[in-house]
Amino acid sequence: MALLEIENLHVGVEGEDIHILKGVDLTLDTGDLHAIMGPNGSGKSTLASVIAGREEYEVLDGEIRYDGDDLLELEPEERAEEGIFLAFQYPVELPGVSMTNFLKEAVNAVREARGQDELSSAEFLQQMRERADMMGLDADLTKRSVNEGFSGGEKKRNEIFQLAMLEPRLAILDETDSGLDIDALKNVADGVNKLRDEDRGFLVITHYERILQYIVPDRIHVMMDGKVVRSGDKDLAQQLEEHGYEWIREEAAAAAA
Amino acid sequence: MSTALDTDVRPEDRFISAFEVNHGQALNGTNASIAQQREDAIERFSALGIPTNSLEAWKYTDISKIIDRPYALPLAPEVPSVDPSDIAPFTIDDMDAHRVVLVNGRVDPSLSDLGDLPSGVVVSSLTQAGDAHPDIVEAHYGQYADFEDEALTALNTAFVQDGAFVYVPSGTVVEKPIFFLHVTAGQEDLFLQPRHLFVVEDGAIARIVEAQHSLTDAHTFTNTVTETFVGERANLEHYLVQDEGPNASQVHTRAGQQKDDSVYSTNTVTFSGEVVRNNANIEADGSFCESNLYGLCIGKEDMHVDNHTQMNHVQPDCNSNELYKHVLNDESTAVFNGKVLVTRGSQRIDAYQQNDTIVLTHDANIYTKPELEIYADDVVCSHGATTGQVDEEGVFYLRSRGLSERRARILMLQAFCDEVLSEYKIDALRNHITEKIRQRFANYFS
Ligand SMILES: Nc1ncnc2c1ncn2[C@@H]1O[C@H](COP(=O)(O)OP(=O)(O)OP(=O)(O)O)[C@@H](O)[C@H]1O
Ligand SMILES: [Mg+2]
Repeated sequence: MALLEIENLHVGVEGEDIHILKGVDLTLDTGDLHAIMGPNGSGKSTLASVIAGREEYEVLDGEIRYDGDDLLELEPEERAEEGIFLAFQYPVELPGVSMTNFLKEAVNAVREARGQDELSSAEFLQQMRERADMMGLDADLTKRSVNEGFSGGEKKRNEIFQLAMLEPRLAILDETDSGLDIDALKNVADGVNKLRDEDRGFLVITHYERILQYIVPDRIHVMMDGKVVRSGDKDLAQQLEEHGYEWIREEAAAAAA
Repeated sequence: MSTALDTDVRPEDRFISAFEVNHGQALNGTNASIAQQREDAIERFSALGIPTNSLEAWKYTDISKIIDRPYALPLAPEVPSVDPSDIAPFTIDDMDAHRVVLVNGRVDPSLSDLGDLPSGVVVSSLTQAGDAHPDIVEAHYGQYADFEDEALTALNTAFVQDGAFVYVPSGTVVEKPIFFLHVTAGQEDLFLQPRHLFVVEDGAIARIVEAQHSLTDAHTFTNTVTETFVGERANLEHYLVQDEGPNASQVHTRAGQQKDDSVYSTNTVTFSGEVVRNNANIEADGSFCESNLYGLCIGKEDMHVDNHTQMNHVQPDCNSNELYKHVLNDESTAVFNGKVLVTRGSQRIDAYQQNDTIVLTHDANIYTKPELEIYADDVVCSHGATTGQVDEEGVFYLRSRGLSERRARILMLQAFCDEVLSEYKIDALRNHITEKIRQRFANYFS
């Protein structure tokens, strides 16, 4: 069943004459994990942000359906409640916002939307310890302000830790593998693999074939200049690793001509 | 006894004639030098006049209209009786403290609960201290709050009657906070002028908490002057919570002097008031001093809060940190003016100053101005000011994890205040202030 259907998606920047996504088509079925690759500035993060509901972007044309329903009319928090999670490429530092308090509120908001009971403080702390451990996140970090003074790798681990706490149905990982050491990369991959099941879907944005050895994608899409220009199976990543994007660019140009 | 101020004449003249009428009566000091200071002060007040917007230091804060009201000027120690239940909302019961309640600037022993003070420590009214410890009062009174250029300090000095007094002798540690709860009460519009003196001698450690509340809807104007002395190696934390309601205005002048190796930290939070002007002046008159000036203003409705700080570095090898933050809602206005003076020869000074404001509406205003006067060359002085809205990037991050937009914004505002709140070293006080802020923000963005 289709979890996410993106059709002819055109996106600009609110209030500006900038056209970033120029007709993206992509369908992700439940149970699947797709990778999105592509050169810098091709629109990968913009696509992820639009799915998560970032308001600075304006949808100019096309649609996104989630579980068959129009996604674009939902507020970001409603999308989170519906099970969408974006692991940010650049997680925000929030000095003064306590990790524990914020995450407890987030977890309970999402649980309430799913008709589950609130977690007690004890249950929450217990779950937090378990998942932090699973993601190799130093438990001390959960006692601090959100991402404040975290290293690049710690921020990425923290995103995956929050993913594990919120148990989304659609998880989008925007270059979560960048800046991770090999242990962290394995933790992230293990975490993702543990969550993979028949009901969930994943979009993994990455520049490196490396992570795809640990979390094997069902499909790989290549984005260029605001469009998906090529899709293929996992071997496409290997080809890109060896030959770069130039041959795809040429093919795409030839097809367009 | 109380003198009604005659509103047909210039407000300055009202005070001057009130001074003359009461001359030799209620105003008669027990001490000759204090009496002489009064005479000098009223003369100075008369020459300076009530500050107007034409003075640079009062450019954004106009007290002339507010002072021009038919206030009663209470000059004898008659105070309306206040019931313990009246002050119950303000007693911060979680804070285990030596508590003194002042009603209209006078200590009310029946509401106070001093507990056991360490030996030699004096916590009393200023008049009592004048009788019991004239030497200490004389050594410090009028030494730090200069009225040469400050009309309101001159006015306070001219009319000085009573207030709070703390004396912590050398080497003494007062573990529990000393808590002064100032309340105004009564039916009439009042002009009050409390005068406080806090002396913390060499090597002593103390924490003083002051909270200002009002039990009346009448208009009040409180012109407070507080002098503090922080001796060598001493440490004084000094907190002030201002929440007197929309009909109360005040000019609150706090003048402190520090000696070698001492630490003096002030932290002021303002929740309400019609016009609130705080002058926080510190002179680091010793080497290796640390001075901290922190402030928070949670502006609502049309309140106007002006924090003027003056950090005087007159000796080398000191550092000062200044951080004031404002969250301004509705039509509230905040002013921050941070003066740092480093005199010639005061080398190796490290002075830091920062003022950050979140403006939540188009009608809220902030005027911020650093003023650095530096006459030494080996000095690090930094200052910065930011004004803006809640960080949208942060709001989106929190919403993307399931928090409503309202909750996300409130959390961001609380986080903004946290940097100042974390400087509250008394847990119960920090929790109390945090909770007050939380309650204020709870109906924002709805
Ligand atoms: N808010 C914005 N305002 C203006 N331009 C923007 C905005 N957001 C994105 N862009 C532009 O859109 C293009 C796509 O950006 P995007 O961040 O989606 O790329 P990306 O594929 O994620 O790149 P990278 O691999 O470097 O992360 C870039 O040229 C970027 O500068
Ligand atoms: Mg990107």
